[in-house]
Amino acid sequence: MNATDTESTALPTIEGDPPRVILAKLGLDGHDRGLKVVARMLRDSGVEVIYLGLRQTTDTVVAAAEQEDADAIGISMHNGGHMTLGPRMVDAVAAAGLEIPVIVGGIIPDQDIARLQDAGVAAVLGPGSSARDVIAAIQASTGEA
Amino acid sequence: MTEYPAATRRALSQGTTEDEMSDETTTDITDDHVDRDSEAYAHWKAAYEASALRDAEFETMSGVEVEPVYGEAPFPGQYPYTRGVYASMYRSKLWTMRMFAGFGTAEDTNARFKDILRNGGTGLSTAFDMPTLMGRDSDHEWSLGEVGKAGVAVDTLADMEDLFADIDLGGVSTSMTINSPANTIMAMYIAVGENNGVERARLGGTIQNDILKEFQAQKEFIYPPRPSMRLITDLMRFTTAEMPRWHPVSISGYHIREAGSTAAQELAFTLANGFAYVEAAVAAGLDVDAFAPRLSFFFNSHTDFFEEIGKFRAARRIWARWMKERYGAQNERSLLCRFHTQTAGVSLTAQQPENNIARVATQALAAVLGGTQSLHTDSFDEALALPTEKSARIALRTQQIVAEETGVAHVADPLGGAPYVEWMTDEMERQAEAIFAHLDEIGDGSILEGVYAGIDNGYFAGEIADSAYRFEREVNAGRRTIVGVNRYKEGGKDEIPILYIDEATEDIQRKRLAEVKQSRDDDAAHRALERLRAEAADSTINLMPAFIDAVKAYVTEGEITDTLEAVFGTYTETAVI
Repeated sequence: MNATDTESTALPTIEGDPPRVILAKLGLDGHDRGLKVVARMLRDSGVEVIYLGLRQTTDTVVAAAEQEDADAIGISMHNGGHMTLGPRMVDAVAAAGLEIPVIVGGIIPDQDIARLQDAGVAAVLGPGSSARDVIAAIQASTGEA
Repeated sequence: MTEYPAATRRALSQGTTEDEMSDETTTDITDDHVDRDSEAYAHWKAAYEASALRDAEFETMSGVEVEPVYGEAPFPGQYPYTRGVYASMYRSKLWTMRMFAGFGTAEDTNARFKDILRNGGTGLSTAFDMPTLMGRDSDHEWSLGEVGKAGVAVDTLADMEDLFADIDLGGVSTSMTINSPANTIMAMYIAVGENNGVERARLGGTIQNDILKEFQAQKEFIYPPRPSMRLITDLMRFTTAEMPRWHPVSISGYHIREAGSTAAQELAFTLANGFAYVEAAVAAGLDVDAFAPRLSFFFNSHTDFFEEIGKFRAARRIWARWMKERYGAQNERSLLCRFHTQTAGVSLTAQQPENNIARVATQALAAVLGGTQSLHTDSFDEALALPTEKSARIALRTQQIVAEETGVAHVADPLGGAPYVEWMTDEMERQAEAIFAHLDEIGDGSILEGVYAGIDNGYFAGEIADSAYRFEREVNAGRRTIVGVNRYKEGGKDEIPILYIDEATEDIQRKRLAEVKQSRDDDAAHRALERLRAEAADSTINLMPAFIDAVKAYVTEGEITDTLEAVFGTYTETAVI
């Protein structure tokens, strides 16, 4: 192939201690294809993935993050609930005294990205994000870049 | 005109029809490529001539008159229906252009429905929001942030009254995409009709009501599989007896594909689910020919053009054979796999979104060449948000261009007989049959039990996740090109206006729900719920009358769900990656 991104032809590998990442879907949305793909990509890149699956609440995600000593939380949104649930997740993490980034992925309109970041979301990963993008976002937000 | 060499003609006729044709029907193709001497042709011609044709010129742009069908037997409308379910196909009636719509409050969606009908749409298709799809009221804690976002919010009959206000339910065909709470929503639709003087027997349309694919792919489940199947067979029995124009289940591969399956998996899982519903309905005491003619299907049309066409053609052939040979259907209409198609939402890119118009047009063309009965074309901005009025109109116009400008609707199964198309059809069938054999084996000779087993042991979810991951890795590695995403990335930064759902929708909807609860007769509501609870516990009783009674008393969707959950239990998925 020519003209493709040569840097994305293989999964990136993690140097040093692999980060531990919680992945979950909040609320009612059942569209879990993207999150499952991300979970496998991260796992195959050497990230320690704790996959909680569907219908989680901010409380169950925070509890898992505490219990698993997680380095980051990734939540996936496909139904337009991100402006309510994204900031709420950030607040729940802060309220629990955790200092770990919340990364949001899914169908997020451009104009909402800045609003989510203003609300404390560390990174927003839209459709078409590569494995490299996801890992870079985790490393940047956990200070391991 | 190109003449196929004789050897190719034989190969392709064997490919299409090896069970059906004897050597004597593989006579030479005549000058005009129609085998007019066969008995099959005479039958086809009689059926075609008995069909009413639409008012259109069946000729090319340069004025060449074209035949309604080309090639060899079996012809469209003939078993095993590989070439189409009707003899005249789109010469009689174009496919239904059914655009999916739903957002905000019922009033908001009602306005969009009227816009679709004014613009030449011929059927309504309702998208409900996540709380409604999950059987929860707008004031449930899970509903926070989701009310009216990805569909319309419906809590009570009052919302359904607003949704269909000033639309003649006797004159329109309505599709409703809802599964776990299908009985509740169906009861509301019946009640709206009856309140407006349209008796239930005159109501026409489709309710998706396909729970099996929820456990496999879409994940909007509430109750465990077996009580969920009881709700479905209740609705099938009810509509079979009282609503002859209604399709009680739309067996849906769309979501299986969107979740990441391949075309062959979509085909196989969907038809297997169809066989499972047939087995469940027969076990519930229905005669196969009493309900099978009202079953319909819903497929995805993705971008790999010939694979999609092969999939659609194979679906018809497999369904006809299994219904006849395995389930003993006698009525010809029980053998017909009639389907709605939607273009592949998952193929739409957020990058350079206007490119999606070309993807959708290609997918729409594949659906039409595959012989669909109804089509929804996605709007180009759906990788960003719900469609705007403008983008939804472009999507509808795309179908109208395919229908009225390209000439593909002049001839039934215009690709039938092409060696590649016939080979692909066979290949799709072969792959599907291998999956049926697996389900049959794990179900001990029952596809229904095989499907339950496959849900329990994660077979479906695992296969779908594997395929999704493989595809994504290929895109990431650049082995598979997605224009604007991993190649040709320049440009396309223009701002696309998107539909924003007002955050006030949630408050408006909660207020309305509170008002309805305030003004209803609480005793009647409680009596109706008590009846539902009691009858749910007795699987010999059809629950549909209790559902209708409850919604007419303005019982909320969430109250019904809570009541049934207390009897049936709740399904929780084991999270696997």
